Amino acid sequence: MSERLKNVAAPLCMLGIVLLAWEVIVRAAAIPPYVVPAPSLVFTILINDAGLLFDSLLVTLGITFQAFALAAIGGIALGIAFNLWRGVERSLYPFAVVLQVTPIVAIAPLLLIYLPQPLAVLACAWIVAFFPVLANTTLGLNSVDHNLLALFQLHKASRWQVLWYLKLPAALPQMLAGLRIAGGLSLIGAVVAEIAAGSAGAGSGLAYRIAESGYRLNIPRMFAALLLLSAAGVAIYFLLAGLSHLALRRWHESALQREI
Amino acid sequence: MSESPPIVSLRGVGKTFDSGTVALRGLDLAIRDGEFVSLLGPSGCGKSTALRILAGLSAPSEGTIKWSDAAAASRIGFVFQEPTLMPWADVAANVRLPLTLAHAGGADAAVTQALGRVGLADFAHSYSRELSGGMRMRASIARALVTEPQVLLMDEPFAALDEITRFKLNNDLLVLWQELRRTVVFVTHSVFESVYLSQRIMVMTPRPGRLFAEVPIDAPYPRDERFRTSADYAAYCRRVSETLERAMGAL
Repeated sequence: MSERLKNVAAPLCMLGIVLLAWEVIVRAAAIPPYVVPAPSLVFTILINDAGLLFDSLLVTLGITFQAFALAAIGGIALGIAFNLWRGVERSLYPFAVVLQVTPIVAIAPLLLIYLPQPLAVLACAWIVAFFPVLANTTLGLNSVDHNLLALFQLHKASRWQVLWYLKLPAALPQMLAGLRIAGGLSLIGAVVAEIAAGSAGAGSGLAYRIAESGYRLNIPRMFAALLLLSAAGVAIYFLLAGLSHLALRRWHESALQREI
Repeated sequence: MSESPPIVSLRGVGKTFDSGTVALRGLDLAIRDGEFVSLLGPSGCGKSTALRILAGLSAPSEGTIKWSDAAAASRIGFVFQEPTLMPWADVAANVRLPLTLAHAGGADAAVTQALGRVGLADFAHSYSRELSGGMRMRASIARALVTEPQVLLMDEPFAALDEITRFKLNNDLLVLWQELRRTVVFVTHSVFESVYLSQRIMVMTPRPGRLFAEVPIDAPYPRDERFRTSADYAAYCRRVSETLERAMGAL
Protein backbone atom coordinates (compact mmCIF):
# COMPACT_ATOMS: atom_id res chain seq x y z
CA MET A 1 0.00 0.00 0.00
CA SER A 2 1.38 3.38 -0.92
CA GLU A 3 2.14 6.01 1.73
CA ARG A 4 -0.44 8.32 0.27
CA LEU A 5 -3.20 5.75 0.48
CA LYS A 6 -2.23 4.93 4.06
CA ASN A 7 -2.43 8.63 4.97
CA VAL A 8 -6.01 8.72 3.74
CA ALA A 9 -7.08 5.27 4.90
CA ALA A 10 -5.84 5.50 8.49
CA PRO A 11 -7.98 8.46 9.62
CA LEU A 12 -10.98 7.11 7.67
CA CYS A 13 -10.73 3.75 9.47
CA MET A 14 -10.43 5.59 12.77
CA LEU A 15 -13.53 7.65 11.96
CA GLY A 16 -15.49 4.51 11.05
CA ILE A 17 -14.53 2.79 14.29
CA VAL A 18 -15.51 5.78 16.44
CA LEU A 19 -18.84 6.29 14.64
CA LEU A 20 -19.66 2.61 14.92
CA ALA A 21 -18.81 2.54 18.64
CA TRP A 22 -20.87 5.70 19.16
CA GLU A 23 -23.87 4.18 17.37
CA VAL A 24 -23.61 0.88 19.27
CA ILE A 25 -23.25 2.55 22.68
CA VAL A 26 -26.16 4.96 22.11
CA ARG A 27 -28.42 2.11 20.99
CA ALA A 28 -27.31 -0.41 23.60
CA ALA A 29 -27.66 2.05 26.50
CA ALA A 30 -30.82 3.55 24.98
CA ILE A 31 -29.48 7.08 25.46
CA PRO A 32 -32.20 9.59 24.48
CA PRO A 33 -31.42 11.76 21.42
CA TYR A 34 -31.66 15.03 23.41
CA VAL A 35 -28.68 13.82 25.46
CA VAL A 36 -26.54 12.23 22.75
CA PRO A 37 -27.98 11.46 19.32
CA ALA A 38 -26.72 8.45 17.38
CA PRO A 39 -24.67 9.27 14.25
CA SER A 40 -27.38 7.72 12.07
CA LEU A 41 -29.93 10.12 13.53
CA VAL A 42 -27.63 13.09 12.92
CA PHE A 43 -27.30 12.04 9.26
CA THR A 44 -31.06 11.62 8.96
CA ILE A 45 -31.62 15.13 10.34
CA LEU A 46 -28.93 16.46 8.03
CA ILE A 47 -30.87 15.08 5.05
CA ASN A 48 -34.32 16.06 6.35
CA ASP A 49 -33.30 19.61 7.26
CA ALA A 50 -30.99 19.96 4.28
CA GLY A 51 -32.82 22.97 2.81
CA LEU A 52 -32.73 24.95 6.02
CA LEU A 53 -29.19 23.99 6.96
CA PHE A 54 -27.71 24.66 3.53
CA ASP A 55 -29.35 28.07 3.36
CA SER A 56 -27.73 28.85 6.71
CA LEU A 57 -24.43 27.42 5.51
CA LEU A 58 -24.51 29.75 2.52
CA VAL A 59 -25.12 32.74 4.79
CA THR A 60 -22.16 31.84 7.01
CA LEU A 61 -19.92 31.05 4.04
CA GLY A 62 -20.90 34.34 2.42
CA ILE A 63 -19.78 36.27 5.49
CA THR A 64 -16.66 34.14 5.76
CA PHE A 65 -15.59 34.82 2.19
CA GLN A 66 -16.32 38.52 2.41
CA ALA A 67 -14.34 38.76 5.63
CA PHE A 68 -11.52 36.74 4.12
CA ALA A 69 -11.38 38.87 0.98
CA LEU A 70 -11.36 42.08 2.99
CA ALA A 71 -8.72 40.69 5.36
CA ALA A 72 -6.57 39.57 2.44
CA ILE A 73 -6.78 42.88 0.60
CA GLY A 74 -6.51 45.01 3.74
CA GLY A 75 -3.73 42.95 5.32
CA ILE A 76 -1.58 42.83 2.21
CA ALA A 77 -2.17 46.50 1.36
CA LEU A 78 -1.37 47.64 4.88
CA GLY A 79 1.66 45.32 5.01
CA ILE A 80 2.96 46.96 1.83
CA ALA A 81 2.27 50.43 3.25
CA PHE A 82 4.14 49.47 6.44
CA ASN A 83 7.09 48.36 4.36
CA LEU A 84 7.19 51.44 2.14
CA TRP A 85 6.58 54.05 4.84
CA ARG A 86 8.11 53.37 8.22
CA GLY A 87 5.97 56.14 9.77
CA VAL A 88 2.78 54.28 8.91
CA GLU A 89 4.08 51.13 10.58
CA ARG A 90 5.17 53.03 13.69
CA SER A 91 1.83 54.73 14.15
CA LEU A 92 -0.53 51.88 13.21
CA TYR A 93 1.08 48.57 14.16
CA PRO A 94 0.41 48.87 17.91
CA PHE A 95 -3.30 49.30 17.23
CA ALA A 96 -3.35 46.29 14.95
CA VAL A 97 -1.84 44.27 17.81
CA VAL A 98 -4.37 45.62 20.32
CA LEU A 99 -7.19 44.69 17.96
CA GLN A 100 -5.76 41.21 17.64
CA VAL A 101 -5.15 40.46 21.34
CA THR A 102 -8.53 41.74 22.55
CA PRO A 103 -10.80 38.63 22.58
CA ILE A 104 -13.29 38.89 19.73
CA VAL A 105 -16.07 37.46 21.94
CA ALA A 106 -15.72 40.59 24.06
CA ILE A 107 -15.76 42.98 21.11
CA ALA A 108 -18.73 41.39 19.33
CA PRO A 109 -21.53 42.67 21.64
CA LEU A 110 -20.18 46.18 21.33
CA LEU A 111 -20.07 46.01 17.53
CA LEU A 112 -23.63 44.69 17.53
CA ILE A 113 -24.75 47.83 19.30
CA TYR A 114 -23.10 50.22 16.85
CA LEU A 115 -23.46 48.42 13.54
CA PRO A 116 -26.38 46.79 11.77
CA GLN A 117 -26.21 43.09 12.47
CA PRO A 118 -24.86 41.73 9.15
CA LEU A 119 -22.18 44.39 9.15
CA ALA A 120 -21.25 43.70 12.78
CA VAL A 121 -20.83 39.99 12.02
CA LEU A 122 -18.68 40.81 9.02
CA ALA A 123 -16.59 43.24 11.08
CA CYS A 124 -15.96 40.60 13.75
CA ALA A 125 -14.87 38.02 11.20
CA TRP A 126 -12.65 40.59 9.52
CA ILE A 127 -10.93 41.67 12.77
CA VAL A 128 -9.98 38.07 13.54
CA ALA A 129 -8.76 37.26 10.03
CA PHE A 130 -6.96 40.49 9.28
CA PHE A 131 -4.01 40.32 11.65
CA PRO A 132 -2.31 37.09 10.49
CA VAL A 133 -2.31 38.42 6.92
CA LEU A 134 -0.81 41.72 8.03
CA ALA A 135 1.77 40.14 10.34
CA ASN A 136 2.90 37.55 7.79
CA THR A 137 3.03 40.04 4.93
CA THR A 138 5.10 42.43 7.03
CA LEU A 139 7.46 39.64 8.05
CA GLY A 140 7.82 38.42 4.47
CA LEU A 141 8.47 41.86 3.00
CA ASN A 142 11.09 42.56 5.66
CA SER A 143 13.03 39.32 5.26
CA VAL A 144 14.40 39.87 1.77
CA ASP A 145 17.94 38.64 1.02
CA HIS A 146 20.14 41.71 1.66
CA ASN A 147 22.47 40.83 -1.22
CA LEU A 148 19.56 40.80 -3.66
CA LEU A 149 18.54 44.15 -2.24
CA ALA A 150 22.09 45.42 -2.86
CA LEU A 151 21.90 44.11 -6.44
CA PHE A 152 18.67 46.05 -7.03
CA GLN A 153 20.32 49.12 -5.52
CA LEU A 154 23.33 48.66 -7.81
CA HIS A 155 21.04 48.68 -10.84
CA LYS A 156 19.25 51.76 -9.53
CA ALA A 157 15.88 50.09 -9.14
CA SER A 158 13.02 52.33 -8.04
CA ARG A 159 11.23 51.45 -4.81
CA TRP A 160 8.29 50.17 -6.90
CA GLN A 161 10.61 47.91 -8.87
CA VAL A 162 12.07 46.62 -5.61
CA LEU A 163 8.55 45.99 -4.36
CA TRP A 164 7.28 44.33 -7.52
CA TYR A 165 10.29 42.30 -8.64
CA LEU A 166 11.85 41.49 -5.27
CA LYS A 167 9.84 42.03 -2.11
CA LEU A 168 6.44 40.73 -3.19
CA PRO A 169 7.70 37.49 -4.74
CA ALA A 170 10.05 36.95 -1.79
CA ALA A 171 7.19 37.49 0.64
CA LEU A 172 4.75 35.25 -1.23
CA PRO A 173 5.30 32.13 0.92
CA GLN A 174 4.68 34.06 4.14
CA MET A 175 1.72 35.89 2.64
CA LEU A 176 0.15 32.60 1.60
CA ALA A 177 0.77 31.16 5.07
CA GLY A 178 -1.02 34.20 6.51
CA LEU A 179 -3.94 33.70 4.13
CA ARG A 180 -4.18 30.05 5.13
CA ILE A 181 -4.53 31.02 8.77
CA ALA A 182 -6.94 33.82 7.88
CA GLY A 183 -9.22 31.43 5.98
CA GLY A 184 -9.89 29.34 9.09
CA LEU A 185 -10.11 32.41 11.30
CA SER A 186 -12.69 34.14 9.09
CA LEU A 187 -15.01 31.18 9.67
CA ILE A 188 -14.32 31.23 13.41
CA GLY A 189 -14.90 34.99 13.56
CA ALA A 190 -18.17 34.68 11.64
CA VAL A 191 -19.37 31.91 13.95
CA VAL A 192 -18.42 33.80 17.12
CA ALA A 193 -20.22 36.90 15.93
CA GLU A 194 -23.31 34.96 14.91
CA ILE A 195 -23.45 33.28 18.31
CA ALA A 196 -23.06 36.65 20.02
CA ALA A 197 -25.75 38.08 17.76
CA GLY A 198 -27.94 35.00 18.22
CA SER A 199 -29.72 36.30 21.29
CA ALA A 200 -30.38 39.55 19.47
CA GLY A 201 -32.49 37.56 16.98
CA ALA A 202 -32.76 37.99 13.22
CA GLY A 203 -29.68 35.85 12.38
CA SER A 204 -29.88 32.96 9.97
CA GLY A 205 -26.32 31.64 9.68
CA LEU A 206 -25.24 28.15 10.75
CA ALA A 207 -23.96 29.29 14.14
CA TYR A 208 -27.32 30.89 14.75
CA ARG A 209 -28.93 27.53 13.87
CA ILE A 210 -26.74 25.84 16.46
CA ALA A 211 -27.72 28.34 19.16
CA GLU A 212 -31.40 28.12 18.16
CA SER A 213 -31.37 24.31 18.11
CA GLY A 214 -29.74 24.36 21.52
CA TYR A 215 -32.54 26.45 22.99
CA ARG A 216 -35.05 24.03 21.49
CA LEU A 217 -33.13 20.98 22.73
CA ASN A 218 -32.91 19.83 19.11
CA ILE A 219 -29.55 18.23 19.78
CA PRO A 220 -29.37 16.17 16.55
CA ARG A 221 -29.73 19.32 14.49
CA MET A 222 -26.98 20.96 16.57
CA PHE A 223 -24.70 18.10 15.62
CA ALA A 224 -25.76 18.30 11.98
CA ALA A 225 -25.01 22.03 11.84
CA LEU A 226 -21.70 21.48 13.60
CA LEU A 227 -20.82 18.81 11.05
CA LEU A 228 -21.48 21.25 8.21
CA LEU A 229 -19.36 23.93 9.88
CA SER A 230 -16.44 21.51 10.27
CA ALA A 231 -16.80 20.43 6.66
CA ALA A 232 -16.74 24.09 5.58
CA GLY A 233 -13.60 24.71 7.66
CA VAL A 234 -11.86 21.67 6.18
CA ALA A 235 -12.85 22.70 2.65
CA ILE A 236 -11.49 26.23 3.18
CA TYR A 237 -8.25 24.83 4.55
CA PHE A 238 -7.69 22.48 1.61
CA LEU A 239 -8.67 25.12 -0.91
CA LEU A 240 -6.10 27.58 0.42
CA ALA A 241 -3.44 24.90 0.93
CA GLY A 242 -3.95 23.83 -2.69
CA LEU A 243 -3.72 27.41 -3.89
CA SER A 244 -0.52 27.94 -1.91
CA HIS A 245 0.97 24.75 -3.32
CA LEU A 246 0.12 25.79 -6.87
CA ALA A 247 1.75 29.18 -6.41
CA LEU A 248 4.94 27.84 -4.82
CA ARG A 249 5.46 24.43 -6.39
CA ARG A 250 8.17 25.51 -8.79
CA TRP A 251 10.55 26.96 -6.25
CA HIS A 252 9.72 27.03 -2.56
CA GLU A 253 11.08 24.42 -0.14
CA SER A 254 7.66 23.97 1.50
CA ALA A 255 6.12 22.81 -1.77
CA LEU A 256 8.95 20.56 -2.98
CA GLN A 257 9.05 16.84 -2.57
CA ARG A 258 12.49 15.57 -1.78
CA GLU A 259 14.06 12.22 -1.33
CA ILE A 260 16.11 12.49 1.81
CA MET B 1 49.90 47.91 -19.84
CA SER B 2 51.00 49.08 -16.43
CA GLU B 3 51.23 52.65 -17.71
CA SER B 4 47.59 53.02 -18.72
CA PRO B 5 45.72 55.53 -16.56
CA PRO B 6 43.49 54.22 -13.79
CA ILE B 7 39.83 53.70 -14.60
CA VAL B 8 39.00 54.15 -10.93
CA SER B 9 41.03 55.09 -7.89
CA LEU B 10 40.48 55.36 -4.16
CA ARG B 11 42.40 58.02 -2.20
CA GLY B 12 42.70 57.90 1.57
CA VAL B 13 39.44 56.00 1.87
CA GLY B 14 38.22 55.17 5.36
CA LYS B 15 35.04 53.47 6.45
CA THR B 16 33.63 53.45 9.95
CA PHE B 17 30.38 51.55 10.49
CA ASP B 18 27.56 52.75 12.71
CA SER B 19 28.63 50.11 15.22
CA GLY B 20 31.97 51.94 15.58
CA THR B 21 33.95 49.27 13.73
CA VAL B 22 36.68 50.84 11.61
CA ALA B 23 36.82 48.65 8.48
CA LEU B 24 39.15 50.76 6.33
CA ARG B 25 41.60 53.54 7.05
CA GLY B 26 43.71 55.42 4.54
CA LEU B 27 43.15 52.99 1.65
CA ASP B 28 44.76 54.00 -1.65
CA LEU B 29 43.97 51.91 -4.72
CA ALA B 30 44.27 52.46 -8.45
CA ILE B 31 42.57 50.06 -10.87
CA ARG B 32 43.71 50.24 -14.47
CA ASP B 33 41.46 49.74 -17.44
CA GLY B 34 41.24 46.15 -18.60
CA GLU B 35 43.39 44.60 -15.90
CA PHE B 36 42.70 41.61 -13.70
CA VAL B 37 43.54 42.63 -10.17
CA SER B 38 42.98 40.83 -6.86
CA LEU B 39 42.41 42.27 -3.42
CA LEU B 40 43.96 39.78 -1.03
CA GLY B 41 43.75 39.90 2.73
CA PRO B 42 42.64 38.04 5.85
CA SER B 43 38.96 37.70 6.72
CA GLY B 44 37.52 40.93 8.04
CA CYS B 45 40.26 43.17 6.61
CA GLY B 46 37.67 45.29 4.83
CA LYS B 47 38.31 44.05 1.29
CA SER B 48 34.61 43.38 0.71
CA THR B 49 33.86 46.84 2.09
CA ALA B 50 36.35 48.33 -0.38
CA LEU B 51 34.59 46.47 -3.21
CA ARG B 52 31.18 47.75 -2.10
CA ILE B 53 32.57 51.28 -2.05
CA LEU B 54 33.85 50.79 -5.60
CA ALA B 55 30.39 49.57 -6.60
CA GLY B 56 28.74 52.60 -5.03
CA LEU B 57 26.78 50.37 -2.66
CA SER B 58 28.43 51.96 0.34
CA ALA B 59 29.71 55.50 0.82
CA PRO B 60 33.21 56.05 2.24
CA SER B 61 33.33 57.82 5.63
CA GLU B 62 36.41 59.70 4.45
CA GLY B 63 38.55 59.96 1.34
CA THR B 64 37.51 60.08 -2.29
CA ILE B 65 36.64 57.73 -5.12
CA LYS B 66 37.42 58.91 -8.61
CA TRP B 67 36.33 57.38 -11.92
CA SER B 68 38.12 58.30 -15.13
CA ASP B 69 34.76 58.87 -16.78
CA ALA B 70 31.35 59.01 -15.21
CA ALA B 71 29.88 56.48 -17.64
CA ALA B 72 32.16 53.73 -16.34
CA ALA B 73 30.91 54.22 -12.79
CA SER B 74 27.44 53.14 -13.83
CA ARG B 75 28.64 50.21 -15.93
CA ILE B 76 29.47 47.82 -13.15
CA GLY B 77 28.79 44.11 -12.77
CA PHE B 78 28.84 42.70 -9.26
CA VAL B 79 29.17 39.07 -8.25
CA PHE B 80 28.45 38.26 -4.62
CA GLN B 81 29.98 35.55 -2.48
CA GLU B 82 26.68 33.67 -2.68
CA PRO B 83 25.01 33.18 -6.06
CA THR B 84 22.17 35.48 -4.83
CA LEU B 85 19.65 34.25 -7.38
CA MET B 86 15.93 34.85 -7.04
CA PRO B 87 14.58 31.36 -6.27
CA TRP B 88 11.13 32.13 -7.72
CA ALA B 89 12.50 33.00 -11.16
CA ASP B 90 14.23 30.74 -13.68
CA VAL B 91 17.83 31.26 -14.74
CA ALA B 92 16.93 33.36 -17.78
CA ALA B 93 14.75 35.71 -15.73
CA ASN B 94 17.51 36.04 -13.14
CA VAL B 95 20.08 36.89 -15.79
CA ARG B 96 17.67 39.30 -17.44
CA LEU B 97 17.03 41.19 -14.18
CA PRO B 98 19.48 44.09 -14.68
CA LEU B 99 17.99 44.73 -18.14
CA THR B 100 14.44 44.46 -16.80
CA LEU B 101 15.24 47.06 -14.14
CA ALA B 102 16.74 49.37 -16.78
CA HIS B 103 13.77 48.86 -19.16
CA ALA B 104 16.35 47.87 -21.78
CA GLY B 105 15.29 46.52 -25.14
CA GLY B 106 16.76 43.52 -26.93
CA ALA B 107 17.06 41.65 -23.67
CA ASP B 108 16.50 38.18 -25.09
CA ALA B 109 19.59 38.24 -27.28
CA ALA B 110 21.74 39.64 -24.45
CA VAL B 111 20.49 36.96 -22.05
CA THR B 112 21.15 34.18 -24.56
CA GLN B 113 24.65 35.50 -25.17
CA ALA B 114 25.46 35.85 -21.46
CA LEU B 115 24.21 32.33 -20.74
CA GLY B 116 26.26 31.01 -23.63
CA ARG B 117 29.40 32.66 -22.29
CA VAL B 118 29.14 30.88 -18.95
CA GLY B 119 28.08 27.57 -20.48
CA LEU B 120 24.50 27.62 -19.23
CA ALA B 121 22.78 27.87 -22.62
CA ASP B 122 20.78 24.71 -21.93
CA PHE B 123 19.65 25.76 -18.47
CA ALA B 124 17.76 28.98 -19.24
CA HIS B 125 14.53 27.59 -17.86
CA SER B 126 15.92 25.78 -14.83
CA TYR B 127 15.35 27.07 -11.35
CA SER B 128 18.15 27.86 -8.95
CA ARG B 129 17.34 24.87 -6.72
CA GLU B 130 17.80 22.50 -9.66
CA LEU B 131 21.38 23.64 -10.25
CA SER B 132 24.66 22.68 -8.60
CA GLY B 133 26.64 25.25 -6.62
CA GLY B 134 29.01 25.85 -9.54
CA MET B 135 26.16 26.32 -12.01
CA ARG B 136 24.43 28.78 -9.70
CA MET B 137 27.62 30.81 -9.58
CA ARG B 138 27.83 30.68 -13.40
CA ALA B 139 24.28 32.06 -13.57
CA SER B 140 25.32 34.79 -11.17
CA ILE B 141 28.29 35.68 -13.40
CA ALA B 142 26.05 35.68 -16.48
CA ARG B 143 23.78 38.16 -14.72
CA ALA B 144 26.76 40.40 -14.01
CA LEU B 145 27.88 40.18 -17.67
CA VAL B 146 24.50 40.76 -19.30
CA THR B 147 24.81 44.56 -19.16
CA GLU B 148 28.25 44.44 -20.83
CA PRO B 149 29.84 46.10 -17.81
CA GLN B 150 33.14 47.90 -18.06
CA VAL B 151 34.19 46.75 -14.62
CA LEU B 152 33.40 43.39 -13.04
CA LEU B 153 33.60 43.36 -9.25
CA MET B 154 33.74 39.91 -7.68
CA ASP B 155 33.48 39.35 -3.93
CA GLU B 156 35.01 35.95 -3.10
CA PRO B 157 32.72 34.37 -5.69
CA PHE B 158 34.20 30.87 -5.52
CA ALA B 159 34.92 30.66 -1.79
CA ALA B 160 31.99 28.34 -1.07
CA LEU B 161 32.72 25.91 -3.92
CA ASP B 162 34.64 22.66 -3.83
CA GLU B 163 38.18 22.73 -5.21
CA ILE B 164 37.48 20.91 -8.47
CA THR B 165 34.61 23.23 -9.32
CA ARG B 166 36.65 26.25 -8.25
CA PHE B 167 39.57 25.33 -10.56
CA LYS B 168 37.16 24.88 -13.45
CA LEU B 169 35.51 28.23 -12.81
CA ASN B 170 38.92 29.90 -12.42
CA ASN B 171 39.88 28.69 -15.90
CA ASP B 172 36.56 29.69 -17.43
CA LEU B 173 36.76 33.11 -15.83
CA LEU B 174 40.23 33.66 -17.33
CA VAL B 175 39.01 32.64 -20.77
CA LEU B 176 36.11 35.07 -20.43
CA TRP B 177 38.40 37.85 -19.28
CA GLN B 178 40.72 37.37 -22.23
CA GLU B 179 37.79 37.33 -24.60
CA LEU B 180 36.01 40.38 -23.20
CA ARG B 181 38.96 42.38 -21.86
CA ARG B 182 36.94 44.00 -19.11
CA THR B 183 38.46 45.20 -15.89
CA VAL B 184 38.09 42.60 -13.12
CA VAL B 185 38.53 43.37 -9.42
CA PHE B 186 38.55 40.07 -7.59
CA VAL B 187 38.37 39.85 -3.80
CA THR B 188 39.73 36.67 -2.29
CA HIS B 189 41.45 35.32 0.80
CA SER B 190 43.19 32.59 -1.16
CA VAL B 191 46.82 33.21 -2.10
CA PHE B 192 46.70 30.42 -4.69
CA GLU B 193 43.58 31.69 -6.38
CA SER B 194 44.84 35.28 -6.55
CA VAL B 195 48.20 34.24 -8.05
CA TYR B 196 46.54 31.97 -10.59
CA LEU B 197 44.12 34.62 -11.82
CA SER B 198 45.65 38.06 -11.47
CA GLN B 199 48.07 40.36 -13.20
CA ARG B 200 48.51 42.21 -9.96
CA ILE B 201 47.72 41.43 -6.33
CA MET B 202 47.03 44.12 -3.80
CA VAL B 203 47.75 42.77 -0.33
CA MET B 204 45.79 44.39 2.48
CA THR B 205 46.52 44.63 6.21
CA PRO B 206 44.15 43.31 8.88
CA ARG B 207 41.40 45.67 10.06
CA PRO B 208 41.41 48.62 9.70
CA GLY B 209 42.39 47.66 6.17
CA ARG B 210 44.78 49.60 4.01
CA LEU B 211 47.05 48.68 1.13
CA PHE B 212 50.18 46.94 2.41
CA ALA B 213 51.94 45.99 -0.82
CA GLU B 214 51.40 45.28 -4.48
CA VAL B 215 52.73 42.13 -6.06
CA PRO B 216 52.75 41.96 -9.88
CA ILE B 217 52.27 38.48 -11.34
CA ASP B 218 54.05 38.67 -14.67
CA ALA B 219 53.32 35.15 -15.87
CA PRO B 220 51.85 35.18 -19.39
CA TYR B 221 48.27 34.38 -20.33
CA PRO B 222 46.57 32.17 -21.30
CA ARG B 223 47.20 30.39 -18.03
CA ASP B 224 45.94 26.87 -17.58
CA GLU B 225 46.50 23.84 -15.37
CA ARG B 226 50.15 23.66 -16.49
CA PHE B 227 50.71 27.03 -14.84
CA ARG B 228 49.21 25.69 -11.61
CA THR B 229 51.97 23.07 -11.37
CA SER B 230 54.83 25.23 -12.63
CA ALA B 231 57.82 26.42 -10.62
CA ASP B 232 56.93 30.03 -11.44
CA TYR B 233 53.52 29.60 -9.86
CA ALA B 234 55.05 28.10 -6.72
CA ALA B 235 57.56 30.96 -6.47
CA TYR B 236 54.83 33.59 -6.86
CA CYS B 237 52.70 31.86 -4.26
CA ARG B 238 55.63 31.84 -1.83
CA ARG B 239 56.27 35.53 -2.42
CA VAL B 240 52.65 36.51 -1.97
CA SER B 241 52.38 34.33 1.16
CA GLU B 242 55.42 36.03 2.66
CA THR B 243 54.00 39.45 1.82
CA LEU B 244 50.69 38.48 3.42
CA GLU B 245 52.56 37.21 6.46
CA ARG B 246 54.29 40.56 6.86
CA ALA B 247 50.99 42.39 6.25
CA MET B 248 49.46 40.45 9.13
CA GLY B 249 52.14 41.79 11.45
CA ALA B 250 51.88 45.38 10.19
CA LEU B 251 49.38 47.59 11.95
